Amino acid sequence: MTNPATTPAATSTGDPLLRLEDVRKLFPVHSSSLTNRDRDFVHAVDGVDLEVRPGETLGLVGETGCGKSTLARCIARLYDVTSGKITFDGRDVTTLSRKQMRPIRREVQMIFQDPYGSLNPRRRVGSIIGDPFSIHGIGSRQERKRRVQELMEVVGLNPEHYNRFPAEFSGGQRQRIGVARALALRPKMLICDEPVSALDVSIQAQVINLLLDLQDEFGLTYVFISHDLSVVRHVSDRVAVMYLGKVVETADVDELFETTRHPYTKSLLSALPVPDPDIADSRQRIILAGDVPSPIKPPSGCRFHTRCPKARPDCVKVLPPLEPVLGDPPTHSAACLHPLEVGEDMSRSTPQIDDTETVVQLREEGAK
Amino acid sequence: MNAENPKAETLREDVEHAERVPTTGESAGARTVAAVPAKKIEGRSPWALAWDRLRRDKVAMISLLIIVLIALMAIFAPVFTAWTGHPPNEQYHSTGLTLNGLPKPPSSTFYLGTDDLGRDVLVRIAYGARISLLVGVIATLITVAIGVVVGLAAGFLGGLVDTALARLIDVVLSVPFLLVAIALVSITGPSLTVTILVIGFFSWASVARIVRGQVLSLREREFVEAARSLGAGSSRIMFVDILPNVLAQVIVYTTLLIPVVIVVQATLSFLGLGLPPPTADWGGMISEGQAYYRVAWWFVLFPSVALVITTLAFNLFGDGVRDAFDPRTDQLLNK
Repeated sequence: MTNPATTPAATSTGDPLLRLEDVRKLFPVHSSSLTNRDRDFVHAVDGVDLEVRPGETLGLVGETGCGKSTLARCIARLYDVTSGKITFDGRDVTTLSRKQMRPIRREVQMIFQDPYGSLNPRRRVGSIIGDPFSIHGIGSRQERKRRVQELMEVVGLNPEHYNRFPAEFSGGQRQRIGVARALALRPKMLICDEPVSALDVSIQAQVINLLLDLQDEFGLTYVFISHDLSVVRHVSDRVAVMYLGKVVETADVDELFETTRHPYTKSLLSALPVPDPDIADSRQRIILAGDVPSPIKPPSGCRFHTRCPKARPDCVKVLPPLEPVLGDPPTHSAACLHPLEVGEDMSRSTPQIDDTETVVQLREEGAK
Repeated sequence: MNAENPKAETLREDVEHAERVPTTGESAGARTVAAVPAKKIEGRSPWALAWDRLRRDKVAMISLLIIVLIALMAIFAPVFTAWTGHPPNEQYHSTGLTLNGLPKPPSSTFYLGTDDLGRDVLVRIAYGARISLLVGVIATLITVAIGVVVGLAAGFLGGLVDTALARLIDVVLSVPFLLVAIALVSITGPSLTVTILVIGFFSWASVARIVRGQVLSLREREFVEAARSLGAGSSRIMFVDILPNVLAQVIVYTTLLIPVVIVVQATLSFLGLGLPPPTADWGGMISEGQAYYRVAWWFVLFPSVALVITTLAFNLFGDGVRDAFDPRTDQLLNK
């Protein structure tokens, strides 16, 4: 389904549309005691560098709680970043005020995960989709109505249903309403925050295909967040894998799936279901030990060392930079000190570090 | 007491929905448009649904009828004067009082008897309805307007604004209402405006508290985030996105607040803090009539009955409105 016109090769000539430099977002944790002045922070996004080129789809994957959605909200400036720099279309938008953001809001729109929560239940669909027009004061009443009905047609809704309420639509139709609203101002970039994970599998395909068709039609750039790897593989040109608020590996989609470098990516990919039961039985399935560490006190060095089968002593101390490894093309970067070689069987490796680090952490947590 | 069988009611609604929904087929397309006849597709708003439920509620409809009748009585009070030939403040010393100077019982001249000054009780009740409804409606509107704005601001803006407003709500709720009202009226003198303002000023806090609680949960909803990502400002989000979602509760509270305000107004009048004397109003009439209850039962009874019927009608109607907006509570109670 990936259209040749949208592959990075055809469009990557210009500057990136979106560039994130060392973006961090910390949320203060309210401690229970009044006297405790030094506060803890949840490191939701902890130093992310990313580039999104015009016309491409960047897939953002990672398990629940790794900071994907927070990062999306930082890009959409729903959250103010704690530090770092966000450049959109050559303009630094990190610290723009709400007023200064208005013209940029027209170019970056968001599609939300929950099609039930993201539409106001008390307003008619026509007025929800027309919201962008009324907020930005575009067009007369009549014109707005006409444009809303056009949009409804574009996303495959019956324009006659202009006067209905969200409750009268199915989940898939509601997500189409969300897409229509996001498209209203003809944005350059859409941030899709798990746009299909709340939908039935049969409906997921329809919505994804709609998004891909729209990308062709309007030349959109997507940041596509999902925890569903098969969906990401289907829609993305490039993929960035996040773990505990950091990007651990980024590459063109086929490159990432074929020459995986980061052990975390590898284990994530090994969780993909395989349709052939024979292959499924024989392939290596990497099951990670333990849980994701607390983002309030992320592990030192490489964030993944507590669960990594390949961890060595230096992983505990050194924070690996995100850069091309083992002679990979410049588009493929991984943040790992001991990256995987092609064909390496990770399930045979055992961590080369003693559990001290983990044990100390556990003891500290237990003491709290 | 609402519908005999709420489950059957919801079922019926589901069926209606199911019949209309297939025309919106997931993949839409030309077929859908063709299948829908020229008939205009109009989604039934939550308001329309609530009104449908309300219309089926007999008690609420009877209450509404009574409220309308009382309102008509208030609006067309001069008709009562024309009918009986008695202006509300005209004192009939010769025909309206007994030889001992006591009120006269109901008769063909004075249908509901006379009061201690020989005035027609029926006509005065009709004119009194004006005061009760006027104060009831206007003071309630003021109350709700202040309460909604304060509640929205406190709940949505949060932070310092919330802290300040929440404390203000606590303070207002803790002020002894009647004592302050008495003190205020004794300074300014009794008048309609003072009554309305006093009631409005002391009742908004509870509305604000309800609205604030609702807003606190609503502002975390994704559609608020969606509005923000479109570039909407705080005031637009508050009034366009959040307000419609608290309106149902506000309307329910409003209909239940009107009878309370009417009673409070009657209380103030009863205590002599309502309106200056010749004006006819129910609280004042009850207050004057209680001195004569041994000799002239009609004098105190009829204004009281008018007050009770009015507040009862508003209360029952308010209950109906609440059930109509939230059919779930009714179903839960029947379980």
